[in-house]
Amino acid sequence: MNEWVLIGGMALVTFAIRYPLLALSGRIQLPYALVRALGFVPPVVLTAIVVPAVFFPDGQTLSVSLSNPRLVAALACVGIGVWRQNLLITIMVGMGTFWLWQWALG
Amino acid sequence: MTDSADLAEQSALQALGQGAKDIIPLIVGAIPFGIIFGTLAQSSGLSFGAAAGMSAFVFAGSSQFIALGLLASGSTAILVIVTTLVVNLRHLLYAASLVPYMQDTSQHWKAVMGFLLTDEAFAVAIRRYRQPGRRGTDYWYYLGAALAMYLNWQCCTWLGLTVGQMMPNAANWGLDFAMVATFIGMVIPYVVTKPMMGAVAITAGVAIVAHGLPYQLGLLVAVLAGGVTGLTLETMSGSIKHE
Repeated sequence: MNEWVLIGGMALVTFAIRYPLLALSGRIQLPYALVRALGFVPPVVLTAIVVPAVFFPDGQTLSVSLSNPRLVAALACVGIGVWRQNLLITIMVGMGTFWLWQWALG
Repeated sequence: MTDSADLAEQSALQALGQGAKDIIPLIVGAIPFGIIFGTLAQSSGLSFGAAAGMSAFVFAGSSQFIALGLLASGSTAILVIVTTLVVNLRHLLYAASLVPYMQDTSQHWKAVMGFLLTDEAFAVAIRRYRQPGRRGTDYWYYLGAALAMYLNWQCCTWLGLTVGQMMPNAANWGLDFAMVATFIGMVIPYVVTKPMMGAVAITAGVAIVAHGLPYQLGLLVAVLAGGVTGLTLETMSGSIKHE
């Protein structure tokens, strides 16, 4: 059953990335510089995921213009996020802006 | 977020519930993805069972999507597995970030935590772990958040596999923007120090420039550039980071 081999392989490599460092914790001491660098991980990784999704709507072509609803809505998210600091409001305003802008563009 | 004195008094069950509650906004962002994954799976050539099985056993959204894309274009299983490895490498950073807080956690728990480690569970749980003081209930909090994420992903996959099939063009509604909005909302509270601003700005720039790299390697390059920038700025300013 070929697709189950595929799933088994994907599951295995994913677990092999997520688990081993946790397993070793307690026996390893991370260097101080690395611990400091890891402090940047959450926002930096999320940024690296989000930015291409915003600037490359079709996955290929860079689009920096008002005809890119993702970009406009992302800017709205940043604005409302800085102003209100509330995650749910940010999501709602972001989705609202995205749909409105897409609709306005026809 | 509850302050650390209140956290210390939480029971295991309360911590579990709190974790599940705190991850709700991120679950909202993930719902469209699960549904779209389920909707697209069968047209990419996966059987119903394999699609559900992938969500249940692999449980890694972005690599599941990439797997669909590769399968649809006729890739071999080996290529899909190698790509999964590369795309999920960022989880290594998450695991490393959790290492300092794992001393009191048993191996079984760590295995469960590893299996359930996602962008979302990490982003929520690390805020709790970094609050001052050690609490025996922190891994319950993690479990609550991660399990809620897991169950939601399974439900959404099933929803996509069943109902999603009946809604044409569901993939084109732009629902995937919910994840973008969620992640932006999560980044903003971090961006309060100059080193963090620099790190995020450089990451954003490099993510655009390096986007063309294969296997989403641009992501790792951008993360590395941002991390080095942040660390350098922090060292230069001689500031000690306050969590």
